[in-house]
This record gives sequence, C-alpha cells and structure tokens, in this order.
Amino acid sequence: MNLFIITSFLSAVLINKMLLAKGQPTEWQIGFQEAGSPLMQQLIDFHDFVFWIVTAITIFVFLLLAYVCVRFSAKNNKKPSTTTHHSLLEVAWTLVPVVILVVISIPSFRLLYNQNDFTKIDMTIKATGYTWYWGYEYPDHDGITFDSIMLQEDELEDGQPRLLSTDYQLVVPINTNIKMQITSDPSGVIHSWAVPSLGVKMDAIPGRLNETYFNIKEPGMYYGQCSELCGIGHGFMPISIKAVTSDEFAVWVDDAKEEFADNNNNNVVLKID
Amino acid sequence: MSDHAPSFFKRYFFSTNHKDIGVLYLIFAIVAGLIGGIFSLLIRMELAEPGMQILGDNYQQYNVWITAHGLLMIFFMIMPAMVGGFGNYFVPLLIGAPDMAFPRMNNLSFWLLPPSIILLIGSAFVGDGAGPGWTMYAPLSTTGHGGPAVDMAILSMHLAGASSILGAINFITTIFNMRAPGMTMHKMPLFAWSILITAFLLLLSLPVLAGAITMMLTDRNFGTAFFNAEMGGDPVLFQHLFWFFGHPEVYILILPGFGIISHVVSTFSKKPIFGYLGMAYAMAAIGVVGFVVWAHHMYTKGLDVDTRAYFLAATMVIAVPTGIKIFSWIATMWGGSIEFKTPMLFAIAMIFLFTLGGVTGVVLANTGIDVALHDTYYVVAHFHYVMSMGALFSIYAGYYYWFSKMSGIEYSELLGKIHFWLTFIGVNITFFPMHFSGLAGMPRRIPDYPNAFAGWNYVSSIGAYISVFAAFFFVFVIIEAFMRSRKAQKNPWGKGATTYEWQLSSPPPFHSFDDLPKVK
Repeated sequence: MNLFIITSFLSAVLINKMLLAKGQPTEWQIGFQEAGSPLMQQLIDFHDFVFWIVTAITIFVFLLLAYVCVRFSAKNNKKPSTTTHHSLLEVAWTLVPVVILVVISIPSFRLLYNQNDFTKIDMTIKATGYTWYWGYEYPDHDGITFDSIMLQEDELEDGQPRLLSTDYQLVVPINTNIKMQITSDPSGVIHSWAVPSLGVKMDAIPGRLNETYFNIKEPGMYYGQCSELCGIGHGFMPISIKAVTSDEFAVWVDDAKEEFADNNNNNVVLKID
Repeated sequence: MSDHAPSFFKRYFFSTNHKDIGVLYLIFAIVAGLIGGIFSLLIRMELAEPGMQILGDNYQQYNVWITAHGLLMIFFMIMPAMVGGFGNYFVPLLIGAPDMAFPRMNNLSFWLLPPSIILLIGSAFVGDGAGPGWTMYAPLSTTGHGGPAVDMAILSMHLAGASSILGAINFITTIFNMRAPGMTMHKMPLFAWSILITAFLLLLSLPVLAGAITMMLTDRNFGTAFFNAEMGGDPVLFQHLFWFFGHPEVYILILPGFGIISHVVSTFSKKPIFGYLGMAYAMAAIGVVGFVVWAHHMYTKGLDVDTRAYFLAATMVIAVPTGIKIFSWIATMWGGSIEFKTPMLFAIAMIFLFTLGGVTGVVLANTGIDVALHDTYYVVAHFHYVMSMGALFSIYAGYYYWFSKMSGIEYSELLGKIHFWLTFIGVNITFFPMHFSGLAGMPRRIPDYPNAFAGWNYVSSIGAYISVFAAFFFVFVIIEAFMRSRKAQKNPWGKGATTYEWQLSSPPPFHSFDDLPKVK
C-alpha cells in the first residue's frame, strides 16, 4: 500500500494526473473541486482572491521574521536597542489590517447574499437525514419519495467511487435553479447535506427546515458526504447527484412515479390543496 | 533563610503553596497530554490508508477517540498547563505577591481535576463510550447515546469547569489585590495580564457551559426536552450555548500563550517588549470581542442571513488586535540581540505558525467560503495550527524558559533543540496537508474516507508518528535533566530577563519573598 501511494504520487506529478475529475475529489488534489454550479464558481473566485491576500501576509510575516533573525541575531548585533515605542508604526499596523479586512469583507457580503437569494427558484426538493442515509422527496413532481443508501464495496460497479456512491441517486435537471429543503428525522440527530463541487452545505436539524439552492451546468455525477458528526454511520451516508438534461429528467420522473409509487403514501396528507 | 517546607506527602497532597500546586498542574498536564497524544496516534493510524485499519467495523470507537482526544487536550492539557501550571507558579512571582489570594481554594481547583479526568477516560470504556465529539452537540449526545458514558463525560466537564471557575476567581482576586507596592496595572508583566484576561473569560463563559451540559444531563435522565425537537425543544439552542462558551474558550487556550511568548521574545532579544500597552489592550480587546463572535461556528445551521453577515464582520475584527500582537513581537525582536535558545525557537516558530493558522481563520470567517470548508479537514488544519502550534508551542516555550527556575536544574540545550525540530517537522507534516484534504472536501470525524483522499492522509499520518515520537522525546529531555542534575543559576538568560522571578534563587524558596519587593 505504501508503495502504491508513493508511486501514485509520482505518477500524478509526472503525467499531470492532477487534472480535476468533475463532481468528486481526485488523488493528491490540493484545491477545491471543479465548480459544478455558478455559485461554486463565485465561491472559488472569492476564495482565490482572499487566498492571495492571506498568502501575501503570511510571506510578509515570514520574511520579516527571517530578516530579523539574521540581521539582529546576537552574532550580528551585539548591542540591543532600547526602542519600545513608535506611534506611527503602531497606528499603521492597526489601520492597514482594517483596510485589508474591509477589502475582503465587501465581496464576502456579496457572496453571502448571493448564496441566500431564493428569488428565482424553478423547483424544490426535500432532503431528510436519517441514521444513516438520506431520504429525498420531490414535492413538485407528485411527491416522488425514495431513500438513498450507500453502496457497500462489493456492490460497486465500474467507475463508482467507494463511500460516495448510493443505490438511488438524487436525479436533477441541469440549468435549473433547484431549492433544497433540508431537515432531519424529528427523532434523529443532526446531519449536514453537503456537495463540495456545488458549493452547498446545509445542516439537517430535527424540527427545522433549512434551505439552500444550486444550479448544475453540466450533466454528470456530483458527490458529497454528510458533514456533521451524526454517530456510528457518519462517514457512510453519502450524497450522490445525477444531473441530466430536462428531457431525460422528464423521462426519469415518469419512471420514478411508478417505481417509487409505494413510497409516497405518507405525502397524501400534505397534498390536500 | 529559614525555609520550612513540609514533608513530601503533606507538601504535594495537601498543598496550599502556589508553586507546588503549579508543579502538580504541570505534571498533570504532561500526563494528560501524553494520553491525548496516544489517542491522536490511534486516530492517525486508523486514517493512514483508505478502508478500516485497526478498528474493524467498530466505527463508534473512532468517535470515542476523537471525543477523548479533543477534551483531553483542551481541558486536561492546555488549560492546566497554561493557567493552572504557569499561571499558579509565576503570576504571584511576577506581581510580587507572597502566594495566591485563596491558597486552600487553589488546592481544591487542582484536586478537582484528577477525578474529572478519571471520569472522562472512564467514559471511553463504559458501554459504547462517549462519541459525540468534544462539541457534544445535542441530540447526538442526548437521544443519540444511551448508557452512562455520556453522563460520565458531562460530569467530568462539570468538575473541570468548577475547577477552572475557582481558579479564575483566585487569579482575579490575586492580581487585583496582591500586587507589590508600586506594581500598577500598567507596570504588570504581560503574562500576568494574559492570565487576568483569561480568568475573566473563564469566569464569564464556563457557567454557560455548565448550564448547557446540565440541561443536557436532565434531557438524558430526567425527561426534560430542552434540546429535543419532538417535544418542542431546540437542538440549535445547545449550539448557541455551547459556542457562547466555546469561542471564549479558544481564547482561554491561546491568551496565556501570548503572555508567555511576550516574555520569551523580550528576554532572548534582550529588549523590553515593544508597545507594551498596545499588547495588553490587544489581549483585552480579543477577550471582549471573543464573546460576540460565537455563531461563526454555526454558519451552516441555517441562521438568518443578516445574522451571519454580522458574525462575519465581528469575526474579522479579531484579526486586528491579533495582528498588533504579531507585529509587536517582531518589533520587539527588531534591533535586538537575539539568542536562539530552545524557548526562543519555540517562540519564533509559534509566531509564524500562529500567523498561518490565523490567516486561515480569516478565510474561514467569510461565511461564503465557510459553506465549502465548514466541518472539513481545512477547519481541522486551522485549529491545529492555532492550538497545536500556537498553544502547544507556547507551552513548550514557557516550559523551557522556566524549567530551571522551577526545578533548580538545567535542561540540555542540545536535546531541547532536537525536541524543537522534531516537533516542528512533525506537526507541519501532520497538519499542513490537511488544508489540501479540506479544500478537496474531506469531512471531519469520519473513520474511513473515499480513496481519492488517500495520499495526503498518508502524509499526515507519517507526520503524526513523528509528532508523537517528539512528545515522548520531550519526556526523555525532562528525565535526562533530572538524571544529570546540572545546578541552575538564579538567572540563566542574562540581562534580558528582567521580571521578578529571575531575582529569586532556582528553585525559589518555599515562601518566595521575605519582604515584598519594591517597584521602581
């Protein structure tokens, strides 16, 4: 295994295998997953902006420390100075960080409010966290209801990543603003519904209905994992999303209505208009 | 000088002397730290490769380990070492006081800790163990855990909390009332300032934790439903209460470290601290603002968006006083005549690595980015940079700085430096790659992970093995010092060491001052 890891690292470096796979992490990845939604792209852009600022600060502090350590070592500077104040300097290192923080916070607020702008929603899906799997419900499509349970290692087919693949996927149309309503089993514990490549993470809390939204641009698989410690099966309740075109989605909806017909009895009460 | 030290048993078991109690705290912290280190070793062994390595399918055991590791390191390693250990030993010396204000209460503070740690470690072996994480979020810690394990962990926290509250009262009273004549607040050494501010944070935040875990205890055992949604309770309420304590708590862990670093940097640069007042009030500002930023731990709980915007802004504000401290330390070194003894190496490394952990904190403060990074390994990397490099390096700096003063013997400079480099390399190899795993989306607190995360986790595990080796090497450094027993001078650091403790013998007499020192 060790040898495997070392060779995989070398091969990753040598043949540039660091190219990102869509919707899931790749080996030796050092940054975000490729954005699957415009919101994640905004998040990545803003993160990169902040990243360069904080990297510059870190390098600045490192260089200062390195310079001080060399220039003012006991060897190079026998007589220590006795300076203990420099008002201008002290004001500067108070005000300059304030300015930097203001520069960071303005786009930060913009991103925050974009992430919570629910004015243009095309459809809604409800996710419920159970111990330890996710249940999904499509209230806009006759209340299709099903559970999504992690595939064990021996159930995996080719190309299905371990610990990320589920028996049924959350099927969604592309280019659609999808609002996720997220809650948890009222008698259960807190979970968190997270898909890194879509830039969404929202806690599933008993007794609360949380909201987040995404819009997937390209068909494909998008994976995530539960992101709040929820007990024994916390590492084993993945989220897998299959994004399809709107035509394919319509076909899936018809099939799913039949396939999951027995599941949605409990929604009848809610459907009285 | 007549120095009537009591017999060994009476001296250490019924101790009312601040120095003896300080030593007890330090021994306690080292033992707890090694136990916590063993838990981290087990965690990294499990995570070394994808698939289950040593646990089989006992996933609960993994949660028990991370819970025990977190609580041990926070409540039984960092806090006892910094506040109980260095605080008890050196605050009275630094302010020229004969002892702490309430010596018997001081004894009680310490002796509440052994039963507390026994309850905590015991909880890991009772039933399925306590595995709700150190944050103990309801309902996982209430309806999610049967058996007595979580109850034991809660009672353990009650005892540790009571111990810290008593200690805090003692420090506040001592520092306000027992300073030597002429020792005004604005002449007080920065370590005493840091302990004073820490004591206020403890006094104001721990009762909130005590309330929250008491509510949890009654939810578990007496049919109340504070945090039970089915009966009209609110799980998020627990998180508000917890983090109202929990965020000041992280400053409780680091502020005394700031004090220690100030002393070490000033001593080994042979210069007085730069911007003393700014340093003291920066700590006070961190303490005050630290109380109004708690919900930045809760960005993904579905808080109102305006609330999140407020907590974003408030959290950013903390970077300003922290920056003042970093730059003032560098300015203290500027123009100095720096000697790179072991304590100074730890201090310089702490300044840089704390900066690194600090700027990732600025990244995480942005709610928008936190959506991607919350509860991933990026957060784990962040808080280990500020704790295991910030707080732990400060403790090591303080330990080497004051070792000869406390023990009367000298540590081996060579072994100390080897210990420094082992620790420095180990922790960086462990925690730096966690930034990558976190950005790639790896969630915290999972015993097994998708294969794509294998590479950096393997690197982390190698780093952890080095770090744990370094921790045991530290024990060897102590043992070597006692075996060789090199007699220590009053002041081994030369003219840079200006505070009172260096005018006393090493170790100081049982009653430090025969006459109260006069401040110039």
